[in-house]
Amino acid sequence: MSQISENSLEGGVETRPASAGGPFLQVRELRVHFPTDDGVVRSVDNLSFDVDRGRTLGIVGESGSGKSVTSLSVMGLHKAGTAKITGEILLDGQNLVGLHPDKVRQLRGKRMAMIFQDPLSAMHPFYTVGTQIIEAYRVHNRVSKAAARKHAIDLLGRVGIPNPTSRVDDYPHQFSGGMRQRAMIAMALSCDPELLIADEPTTALDVTVQAQILDLIRDLQAEFNSAVIIITHDLGVVAELADDIMVMYAGRAVEYSSAENIFNSPQHPYTWGLLGSMPRLDRERSERLQPIKGSPPSLINVPEGCPFNPRCAYAGRNGDLSFTQRPEFRDLGGGHHIACHLGAEDRLRIWDEEIRPKL
Amino acid sequence: MSTQTDNPAADRRLGEDLLVVNELQKHFPIRRGLLQRRVGAVQAVDGLTFSVRRGETLSLVGESGCGKTTTGRLLTRLIEPTGGTIELDGQDISHLTPARMRPLRRDIQMIFQDPYSSLNPRHTVGTIVGAPFRLQNVETEHGVKRAVQDLLELVGLNPEHYNRYPHEFSGGQRQRIGIARTLALRPKVIVADEPVSALDVSIQAQVVNLLEDLQNEFDLTYVMIAHDLSVVRHVSDRVAVMYLGKIMEIADRTALYERPMHPYTVALLSAVPIPDTARRGNRERIRLQGDVPSPINPPTGCRFHTRCWKAQEVCKATEPPLISLAPGHQAACHFPENKDELTVDPTGAATADPA
Ligand SMILES: Nc1ncnc2c1ncn2[C@@H]1O[C@H](COP(=O)(O)OP(=O)(O)O)[C@@H](O)[C@H]1O
Ligand SMILES: Nc1ncnc2c1ncn2[C@@H]1O[C@H](COP(=O)(O)OP(=O)(O)O)[C@@H](O)[C@H]1O
Ligand code: SF4
Ligand code: SF4
Ligand SMILES: [Mg+2]
Ligand SMILES: [Mg+2]
Repeated sequence: MSQISENSLEGGVETRPASAGGPFLQVRELRVHFPTDDGVVRSVDNLSFDVDRGRTLGIVGESGSGKSVTSLSVMGLHKAGTAKITGEILLDGQNLVGLHPDKVRQLRGKRMAMIFQDPLSAMHPFYTVGTQIIEAYRVHNRVSKAAARKHAIDLLGRVGIPNPTSRVDDYPHQFSGGMRQRAMIAMALSCDPELLIADEPTTALDVTVQAQILDLIRDLQAEFNSAVIIITHDLGVVAELADDIMVMYAGRAVEYSSAENIFNSPQHPYTWGLLGSMPRLDRERSERLQPIKGSPPSLINVPEGCPFNPRCAYAGRNGDLSFTQRPEFRDLGGGHHIACHLGAEDRLRIWDEEIRPKL
Repeated sequence: MSTQTDNPAADRRLGEDLLVVNELQKHFPIRRGLLQRRVGAVQAVDGLTFSVRRGETLSLVGESGCGKTTTGRLLTRLIEPTGGTIELDGQDISHLTPARMRPLRRDIQMIFQDPYSSLNPRHTVGTIVGAPFRLQNVETEHGVKRAVQDLLELVGLNPEHYNRYPHEFSGGQRQRIGIARTLALRPKVIVADEPVSALDVSIQAQVVNLLEDLQNEFDLTYVMIAHDLSVVRHVSDRVAVMYLGKIMEIADRTALYERPMHPYTVALLSAVPIPDTARRGNRERIRLQGDVPSPINPPTGCRFHTRCWKAQEVCKATEPPLISLAPGHQAACHFPENKDELTVDPTGAATADPA
């Protein structure tokens, strides 16, 4: 916490309200719903989490669980009028929900930035990579073109583009997939954002390039002490980077704890399912994977009770609670949260006797 | 995935070479100008020699662009090789005409990565899965519909969904439809190109288990193309590592993962993120720099030399042949890793060095 006030002093008072205290990003009871012809899509339903400066939160979950919708909400990138957003998104104490789009635009790029799975979606094909970084920088900084160009070349060098002095004048299509990802990171970092959201930044890349990009994100965070959110469906990737992990299912958080807890003593049946589904190079080869049956629900018709109940092997253990009552997202102690009706004794026994030995 | 059967004759044949590939090559010409003159070639596959044994799963791994899909399309003769040979069950299929190839298509089938684009959106599941029967004029005991419903059930789909369209299914279900279509003619070999890469981890595990069950039930032989090295270890009996159109290393699963010999394999394995927070930071990592060079102008000598941390002058000048360095373990490198651990003892058997 003391870290935050120190940074706030350095950064100037104007954009950093004196009220700032607590984690740099605080999301409280976030709901993002999309009214459609088929019904309301409850993409994010009552989500709360924090990310502090210098920390990395990993968000994991299957596709369609609401990860991207969450990050786009924080960045204020949902098209006006399409999404109904309620709750609070506090960036250094300032609520972004309901804030005028122009104000959010000012924060974007300067205090928060995002990198996407597909760099081409964030880059314009008709402008050189350099021009795009220069523009991104000059929106928030009054500097000459020459100074901005030098900054762009520095950044490209920092993210590992070879010969940045000449590559700065290349167009995005002249870069390989891995280099485009780096260029997008350079663009996102052009104003030293305090919050960086990386949405599946390595999903389309080969493992060798993925490893380079993860190293890069780790180094940059260490250097700038930013708050980082890394979104992925790959548990290996979050294990490499995240301090804390939030597991999402059907638009909600089902488990939230330190990375150590999520991997070493997970408490939610869905997290068990994810871990059991995944073949692991660091263990003896298992004879058989332990998949989760079925597939995720439609977010227009989320099942009654616990949204995971149609796929959960333990749904019957709690009377009819799993089918009738939404499990509350509660703290088990030490900040380890889960949303599940299983009693403590049952849960720990299942983990110890049935799940852990098979992982 | 090991296969068992009650039929002793079949048992004897398991483990024999079913597919034999020799010096296989595919160069895609690059043409320019008005006259479409040939100005060069993409050397997508450039001299592969390997075989696939009946009943086993051989996986092809490597970074994108290394020629895995092209190899799969050659093996299934969707395209014709520029050079080299492919023998399927003793018959040379390298240059068969489409007409001569048609009856053999029953024996070797391909599953594609993208369950969305490989299914015709305007056809019902019944039509899609039944197509192979009609195309091959296969007699079915109780009619095509019944045969299709049996297949749907086999891959874990509801047979009553016979009349539904692909868009009514999830990604994992669509991949099952693709698998059902592939199984229709009871192939001997299935070439599966990234069959689970587009699926979420929980669904991926379902499809991996399904492929294992089907292999056991029908004595299938798989050539699996994949880039997730954790999945590859789980499904494979043997693994071939490709780089720029060539095989760098080929070995039994255990040998490849525990004692990789080619520096490229070592680098690939060390790049895999490990889901264990305790291992963070204290893993020995090898980081490859830069990108894969272009297959239009591959590097001289060892194709990996531009990114290899062990490269010496000889690597630039002389291409290392793919040779046997341990029983069942081949690698193409002048300075292989993990070789010192194998010392040949007087009885001639290779043993691990106790030091
Ligand atoms: N603009 C939109 N209109 C309607 N539904 C949407 C919109 N954007 C996302 N969704 C839905 O919200 C759900 C969550 O999507 P998303 O956050 O993209 O998932 P994830 O990133 O976890 O894969 C999905 O069911 C998706 O179809
Ligand atoms: N029809 C084609 N014409 C020209 N080049 C091709 C063609 N198909 C593939 N290639 C090239 O051949 C190389 C190998 O491609 P591919 O077999 O798809 O690799 P992988 O499946 O390992 O990613 C790539 O450089 C690719 O661009
Ligand atoms: S609440 Fe019930 S259905 Fe949901 S995860 Fe817990 S045991 Fe399973
Ligand atoms: S031959 Fe030389 S360059 Fe090639 S992998 Fe071996 S050591 Fe590296
Ligand atoms: Mg997403
Ligand atoms: Mg491919």
